[in-house]
Amino acid sequence: MDTKIKEKIKLVKKGDHAAYEDIVSFYQNKVFQLCFRMIGNAHEAEDLAQEAFIRAFINIQTFDENRKFSTWLYRIATNLTIDRIRKKKPDFYLDAEVKGTDGLDMYSQLPAEQVQPDEEVESMEIQTFIQREIMGLPDKYRSVIALRFVEELSLLEISEILNIPVGTVKTRIHRGREALRKRLRHI
Amino acid sequence: MACKKEYVELMHKYLDREITRDEEYSLRSHLQSCEACQSHFHELKRTVTLLETTSKLQVSSNFTEKVMNHLPKENKRISYMRWFKRHPILSAAAVFFIFMFGSILSVWNQDSQLSVSKEKDLIIQGDTIIVPEGVTVEGDLVVKNGDLKVDGSINGDVVIINGEHLMASAGDVVGEIDQVNQVFEWIWYSIKGFFKEVFSLANIFWMVP
Repeated sequence: MDTKIKEKIKLVKKGDHAAYEDIVSFYQNKVFQLCFRMIGNAHEAEDLAQEAFIRAFINIQTFDENRKFSTWLYRIATNLTIDRIRKKKPDFYLDAEVKGTDGLDMYSQLPAEQVQPDEEVESMEIQTFIQREIMGLPDKYRSVIALRFVEELSLLEISEILNIPVGTVKTRIHRGREALRKRLRHI
Repeated sequence: MACKKEYVELMHKYLDREITRDEEYSLRSHLQSCEACQSHFHELKRTVTLLETTSKLQVSSNFTEKVMNHLPKENKRISYMRWFKRHPILSAAAVFFIFMFGSILSVWNQDSQLSVSKEKDLIIQGDTIIVPEGVTVEGDLVVKNGDLKVDGSINGDVVIINGEHLMASAGDVVGEIDQVNQVFEWIWYSIKGFFKEVFSLANIFWMVP
């Protein structure tokens, strides 16, 4: 598959549109899911995925063929989504880390009784619930979690996509996993 | 729980598939004795499973089309090239016909001079070729850009290109008279000639034992 994609990319670089069509249909669901996990809204996610493919096409000449195309594409998609999240970010939210604490957020300041009542959890579709919990994470954890669990990418690839050291990727995955463990334990 | 932090670290290493054999052994033996860590580990594994088994969302069916419509316009040359690559036989046929018609037409346009295949014993009067009385032309006769008047006789076929056979003449033609006056007729005549040649060549080959 990789060599096939590489050939297609070469054609696209020469300006062949039809070759790009194959690339889009191959990666569309992956990119869409990645965006969806981060932004939490299917309509916006599709919009972002579309934008990512258009940007990738316009900038195809800057893509180094010796590298993995998916990494490059996911990077574009992730950056676009993070930008979008930042634009619509509220001034304050419960997941903001409290200064001077290590990973403690505003949820920990709330009384325990206000955590999801069981009945409500049961009535909600499990996928929607998981997505809602992911949305509750700060975006830097969200992007790592999305890349790790939706696309099942290696730590090294994630570090390349997000342009952060592998160590940081690990820390964020661990923290994200712990945070979600707390949120998902009562399902 | 003093034990927790160190073992939680190992649990994450395990989930990242980066744990060493020794570490895994120490984690397992600890889990057997520590119930708190056991449930923590269980919850983590469950979280990972939940995240990995999320429903596969699909983009809307016209997604690719929408993306393609938003791309900058394609270079014309490339779309032609792709068409040729996809239809090699049609392209070859197209090239063949372009050359063929091209050469036939150029021949048609080139000579507007009067010409005749055999001049012996014939009289040329302006644009008219006359086969005089008492003269017999042996074999086929081709006249280009001129009329033909036969008073004598022709022992073969006659082809008149861009001209007329003057019927008033009392002469005698053994064989067919062909008149070619239009470009398309000329093309048709050339093609017929071409295939006749091909077949006669083929016949020669078949006759050779």
